[in-house]
Amino acid sequence: METNQTKNAPTNVVGKPLDRVDGPAKVTGAARYSAEISVPGTVYGVLKTSTIAKGRITSIDTSRAAKEPGIITILTHENLPKPAKTPQQVEKWRAAQSYLPMQDAQVQYAGQPVALVVADTLERATQAAALINVTYQAEAPIDSFHDPKAELFDPQKIQQGKKDSHVVRGNPQQAFDGAAIRHEATYVHAINHHSPMEPAATLAVWEGADKLTVYESSQNVTMHQGALADLLGMPREQIRVVTKYIGGGFGCKGSFWPHTILTVLAAKAVNRPVKLALTRQQMFTGVGHREDQEQTLKMGTTADGKLVSLVHTKRATTSPWDNYTESNGKILDMLYACPNYSTTYELARANVMTSVWMRAPGEAPGSFALESSLDDVANQLGLDPLEIRLRNYADYDHSNGKPWSSKSLKQCYARGAELFGWDKRQAKPGQNRRGRLLVGHGMATASYPVHSSQGTARVRLFADGHAVVEAGATDLGTGTYTVMTQVSADALGLAPEKIRFELGDTRLPTAPGSGGSVAAGTVASSIMAAAEDVWDKVVKMAVADKKSPLYKAKPADVKVELGRMFLTKDPQKGETLVAALVRSGQPDIEGSGTGKYGAGYEEKNFGQNGADPNNDSKEKKTGGHSMHSFGAHFCEVEVDPDLGTVRITRWVGVHGAGTVLNLKTATSQMIGGAIYGIGAALMEETHRDASFARYTNADLAGYHIPVNADIPEIKVEFVPESDPYINYLGVKGIGELGMVGVAAAVGNAIFNATGRRLRHLPITPDKVLEALRQPA
Amino acid sequence: MTEPITPDTPAGGPGKPANDGSRRTFMKQAGGILGLALAPPFLSQAERLTALSRKVEGVSALSLKVNGTVRTIQAEPRVTLLDALREYLDLTGSKKGCDHGQCGACTVLVDGRRVNSCLTLAVMTQGKEITTIEGLAKGEELHPMQAAFLKHDGFQCGYCTPGQIMSGVACVQEGHAGSEAEVREWMSGNLCRCSAYPNITAAILEAAKSS
Ligand code: FES
Ligand code: FES
Repeated sequence: METNQTKNAPTNVVGKPLDRVDGPAKVTGAARYSAEISVPGTVYGVLKTSTIAKGRITSIDTSRAAKEPGIITILTHENLPKPAKTPQQVEKWRAAQSYLPMQDAQVQYAGQPVALVVADTLERATQAAALINVTYQAEAPIDSFHDPKAELFDPQKIQQGKKDSHVVRGNPQQAFDGAAIRHEATYVHAINHHSPMEPAATLAVWEGADKLTVYESSQNVTMHQGALADLLGMPREQIRVVTKYIGGGFGCKGSFWPHTILTVLAAKAVNRPVKLALTRQQMFTGVGHREDQEQTLKMGTTADGKLVSLVHTKRATTSPWDNYTESNGKILDMLYACPNYSTTYELARANVMTSVWMRAPGEAPGSFALESSLDDVANQLGLDPLEIRLRNYADYDHSNGKPWSSKSLKQCYARGAELFGWDKRQAKPGQNRRGRLLVGHGMATASYPVHSSQGTARVRLFADGHAVVEAGATDLGTGTYTVMTQVSADALGLAPEKIRFELGDTRLPTAPGSGGSVAAGTVASSIMAAAEDVWDKVVKMAVADKKSPLYKAKPADVKVELGRMFLTKDPQKGETLVAALVRSGQPDIEGSGTGKYGAGYEEKNFGQNGADPNNDSKEKKTGGHSMHSFGAHFCEVEVDPDLGTVRITRWVGVHGAGTVLNLKTATSQMIGGAIYGIGAALMEETHRDASFARYTNADLAGYHIPVNADIPEIKVEFVPESDPYINYLGVKGIGELGMVGVAAAVGNAIFNATGRRLRHLPITPDKVLEALRQPA
Repeated sequence: MTEPITPDTPAGGPGKPANDGSRRTFMKQAGGILGLALAPPFLSQAERLTALSRKVEGVSALSLKVNGTVRTIQAEPRVTLLDALREYLDLTGSKKGCDHGQCGACTVLVDGRRVNSCLTLAVMTQGKEITTIEGLAKGEELHPMQAAFLKHDGFQCGYCTPGQIMSGVACVQEGHAGSEAEVREWMSGNLCRCSAYPNITAAILEAAKSS
């Protein structure tokens, strides 16, 4: 039996534009999100949050609030049950923010929880929270790295110690100094908030003194379970975290935040299920954000536009405790063929909560700097933006010297240019008018790495021809329910209607959460591994069964494809898994397996070096592959020279992302990625007041995200791409890819329209008008 | 200001004139401090005083006709229609995205017109026909708008979807689904962070054609 498949398996349902299997529940309102689970006896929790960003609570007067009808308890730092450990006491804390509020009288950021009211109705809890009178001794807060009180420091390590704060390859400064073309610019990225439509919510149900169920809006139930176990000092198996539906996350629900444990502690205190949903305003100070940041990029090229050096520095704001910052440098290191590179991160502590990964963390802002500078150099040298990218095309990953596992970027460029009509672009900026409006065309490259991961799944095939497949993954709207149904259907040779795929529960086999674009590749591989286990068992049954066409065959000579077992040498001879199972008289058969995504899969199937022993090319010598998806965005804008408004009028995105599991959901995700990027490019910005370090526009009226009228038709295509090294099915994640490069494509189009380079996101009308007042 | 910002104001397009009778009914029921605070400037002084004179405090019985069925809940007059649906009637299809009329996730139909149920007090909708996402399908058979959303993948996470669909149904009924541009404009009160906009627009245009 062939288990180490080196070719991507044949497919039948996989890839098809199947309607979402969870779609009917979503369009009828039957899908229940975390705050909508109905548990008898549930009472309501409401947070009261601090109005100052730094200082001490001197008193909390709850007397008026307590007199309100229906109040069950009011918890403050004085009476909140203590967790077994605070995050700072946990040895390897798994979340971004290591600070837990309401442990003492300290206030470290505005909007930090200071009290939690539990009442019989939401209205009463809300009212009582408003009546609590908190007196503070306020100190002057630090609002950002721009604050004169702020001190920039070298964090040494960023992202919970996972990455170095200074990376050098070659001799970048010297190469820059000697370069024929030297370009230096600074790029600013505003504070962004994920703002999923579903506010974060926790419903905590203590089923006994040491048994807890939490319905959480979680991108990663295993992470939430582990963090709760750490804080409560309970064994993981005593804690169940459930997320059947989640209303978007974009990263913010993939980390652990204070409201979850506070709700759990409150439920313990009142001995009843407590449900707490953050208000929209609290979503701006409750679940992290993309940090305010500034990048300086020195780009050196030859006279014909070939990169010789990239010297990158990033300055950003971080919280009083953690050194989180997006690693913008990664994409600068690998996207093009550049021999010299460095990046340096500097952080400053301010009175803000810890920022956290937000869709395409690092790649999104990093590519804005890289792709804008490259566009400038192209313009300076009179090169087409596409041409300069082809001149710098990386045939292998220059950051580590490894060959690509697959790369279809040239096809993406070509197909995108064709779909967009790039050849009709006016090269000289500011020349293209449509009536009063300036028209511009820009493009940028997209790329996102394959983050290695692994997970487990369970497959139970029933003799009546249906199957239940389980993995503790989540579906953020990414289509996990649907695509895994398709993968399972092909693995077992069944119609998708015959598959029930279950996710979102820590009782299911452990799978990675949705984040870093790892879910699709990992869970698909896990299901295939579990299916292989079932195949093995059924093949063994068949070869021992006189009635089977495979009777007496060696299991090693039997292959399974699309639910059918057959002799590798004589494919006519065979039967379906279900047929063999029916004859066996067994009602069902179960298998489980662990699947890998990325480097682990490659190692398992191609050996330590990841090199295919049957392949004589340089791959064998180099060993191992660099794994990325790639794509290209093309954008048309209209700029109003009198009002400074920018409208996107056309968008084309073409991507190479391995096997596409479902063309419909994948296309939607790429469209969503582009629009998410357009938001960051043109409108998204949370303003933190410099004196008080409080957000001044913390709601959906003040924090502008794209609305329907902002968005034109968006064309998305995938180029065919097969990648044997990353996982069984050759799947690459696409959650982030669609957003990378978007802001640059917009900025490049604005440059083409106006001759003005805008390096400060979001590119709002005031900035455009100001730029237009300056000479081109 | 002549046009009060109440749910009686059509969300757009040719709606029925505001029903003053029901507004007064509400005022009498809500009454008290709440009535005064909420009494909009269009009410005469006399009406304000009337509102003050009849006072209902605390929990009382509210009857809401939702999806054709009258149901009674015990709730305070400050309970919004959205919370009445979600927390008192366990009709959780209508979503809370902002609770401030900024996102449209809570859109339901009241007497056929789309309203943000988070900005509507439940008491004000007594005697009116409330239609939520749960009331759209006929048994197993999806409403054409629901079917079109499914077919065009007009959603990802699905959280904004009930609001989009209710808004889409009204958008078509109002006659605001004549073109792509029109749909985009008249659907811009419903935010979708997953950004399914192009697919939402396609779904509504298709449903408009079939209706
Ligand atoms: S919840 Fe009503 S508009 Fe957002
Ligand atoms: S589908 Fe997720 S917000 Fe619209």
